[in-house]
Amino acid sequence: MPTPYMTHPARIIARRTETAGIHTFTMRFVDRAVRDTYRFRAGQFNMLYAYGVGEVAISIVSDPADPGTLEHTIRIAGRATGVMAKWDVGDVVGVRGPYGNGWPVEQARGRDIVIITGGLGCAPVVGLINYIFRRRDQYGELHILHGVKTPNDLLYRERFDQWRREPRTRVYLTTDHPDKSWHYRIGVVTELFDELGAPPSSVAMMCGPEVMMRLAARSLRDKGIDENAIFLSMERRMECAVGLCGHCQYRERFVCKDGPVFSYRALKELMRVSGL
Amino acid sequence: MIQTMHMPKAGLEHLITILRRDGYRVLGPVARDGAVAFDELRTSSDLPIGMREAQEAGRYRLVPGIAGEIFGVVNGAGSLKPYFFAPDETLLEVRRERRGFKVSEVAPAPPPHAFLGVRACDLAALAIQDRIFLHDHFRDTHYEVRRKDAFFVAVNCTRSAPTCFCVSMKTGPEATAGFDLSLTELPDGFVARSGSPAGEAMIVKLGLSPAPGDQEAAARARIDECAAGMRRRLDTSDLPRLLYDEAENPRWREVASRCLSCANCTMVCPTCFCHTVVDQEELDGNMSRRVRQWDSCFSLDHAHIHGINFRPKISDRYRQWLTHKLASWIDQFGSSGCVGCGRCITWCPVGIDLTEEVAAIRADAGKR
Repeated sequence: MPTPYMTHPARIIARRTETAGIHTFTMRFVDRAVRDTYRFRAGQFNMLYAYGVGEVAISIVSDPADPGTLEHTIRIAGRATGVMAKWDVGDVVGVRGPYGNGWPVEQARGRDIVIITGGLGCAPVVGLINYIFRRRDQYGELHILHGVKTPNDLLYRERFDQWRREPRTRVYLTTDHPDKSWHYRIGVVTELFDELGAPPSSVAMMCGPEVMMRLAARSLRDKGIDENAIFLSMERRMECAVGLCGHCQYRERFVCKDGPVFSYRALKELMRVSGL
Repeated sequence: MIQTMHMPKAGLEHLITILRRDGYRVLGPVARDGAVAFDELRTSSDLPIGMREAQEAGRYRLVPGIAGEIFGVVNGAGSLKPYFFAPDETLLEVRRERRGFKVSEVAPAPPPHAFLGVRACDLAALAIQDRIFLHDHFRDTHYEVRRKDAFFVAVNCTRSAPTCFCVSMKTGPEATAGFDLSLTELPDGFVARSGSPAGEAMIVKLGLSPAPGDQEAAARARIDECAAGMRRRLDTSDLPRLLYDEAENPRWREVASRCLSCANCTMVCPTCFCHTVVDQEELDGNMSRRVRQWDSCFSLDHAHIHGINFRPKISDRYRQWLTHKLASWIDQFGSSGCVGCGRCITWCPVGIDLTEEVAAIRADAGKR
């Protein structure tokens, strides 16, 4: 059995700039055998490798129905992602995966969906929203809530506008510190809940700063949504992705392999304590 | 029924010779730089004969022992860990090609190792590391290659260091599993037992004869006396719950005021497994190695990602280490991550004692 760190060459076949510092790369495994056997679920991630630099955990935003072509959106955040941002069509990169448990898209089937994000946008959630749109008849109402500190933090403004035009979809935007250009809501994301018409049978999925997720999860629970139907995508340092290197531990959980998606019920005790 | 054999002290030389002839690199405790460490044994006189060690929290000295006593030194800073989970090793070589690169695994091909004088706590620690590196879902190639051919000669402890608490962790002082041969030292020889078919074969090769009943009883008495005399204790009752519930106990801040966050405890710990993989590129730019190195939850960037450090304070990191070792490890791997070897106590430069920390937290929780 090869080392769990074995990576497989994949070629970049398309590159798209989303907004300043954020790029989406489409890639295919070079080795046909790898390409033919590779499968993933919505919300899983790969470890992407830049030659001579290292690996970064990046979620897969493309659709699991087409596992031969992988899309990853990468935001420049450090040295490795800085190098990755320069990847171009024809370049060969390393990919290993898929890892993590992914979003509970099966459990959510037939129910209304509440998606909450905060901050600089969340690639895992983009993949989830695209997944639902491609299977629109399988899901109920879709509520997309997004909160930012300042209007400048609202990346992908066009994308939200595009989502808003989809059937049975509502988009709610809010900011803590509005300027003159802002014509959406003001306040933290939980303040949007008063106009949220999601029934207690809804499934909520969220991604963003932990404080925001914790407050949002509590508010949703207070609206009658079961703690087992509220899901949080956690972020931790992930190096091995198989529960071996120790970095992503969140008390007894390895975020890489037990998560990154957890129910609020599973996490609420841990989230009360800082620095775990 | 496993038979108990007698081995004269000179049998040790014979054992080393046979192991070396069988192709093993033989390692055992060797006095070096004022401590014992596992090192290559060419002859039994390489062993720290007639020596003992004095250990306390934050202190370790080799001292004169009893003339002729071979395994008088309980342990040193080094465990078996580095021989299986290497502190620094290349996992992959990535060679640049005209378009792209080729990745190949660097599989180690070490000679088989035989370890002489392994203590029960260290064998227990190896069994714990097995559960991490030889998983249901994957097996770590590099660990497995070294693990499968190793030969272990355990030595049952007949004295403990003041820092030892294996009795509390139920890992010693007698080795009960994971060895090929076990020895209990008596003034005039050893009582030997086999723990595997390879050990059985070794007993035949050594030409040992059954131990007289009084020797067997004497060996038992020495081990029991060692266990009874062990003063350091760790109360493990209800441990995951206690540490989880006390995550905000003020003691974490107090211990953090003494802790240097130096990572010594994690380096000497025989079970700590955190590691990182870094790229080391050749100067010609055509090849990069993916190198695994030991890491520590005490390092500042262990839980750091772009702009967020999840455990920024020393109190966060000490709590992570101790809670993982004694509590969350049980949830993750089905056993405690601590074997009671006491190394983290001895080799802590400021003498922080985890048994004392747990006792303080337990006492404080009991008051509420």
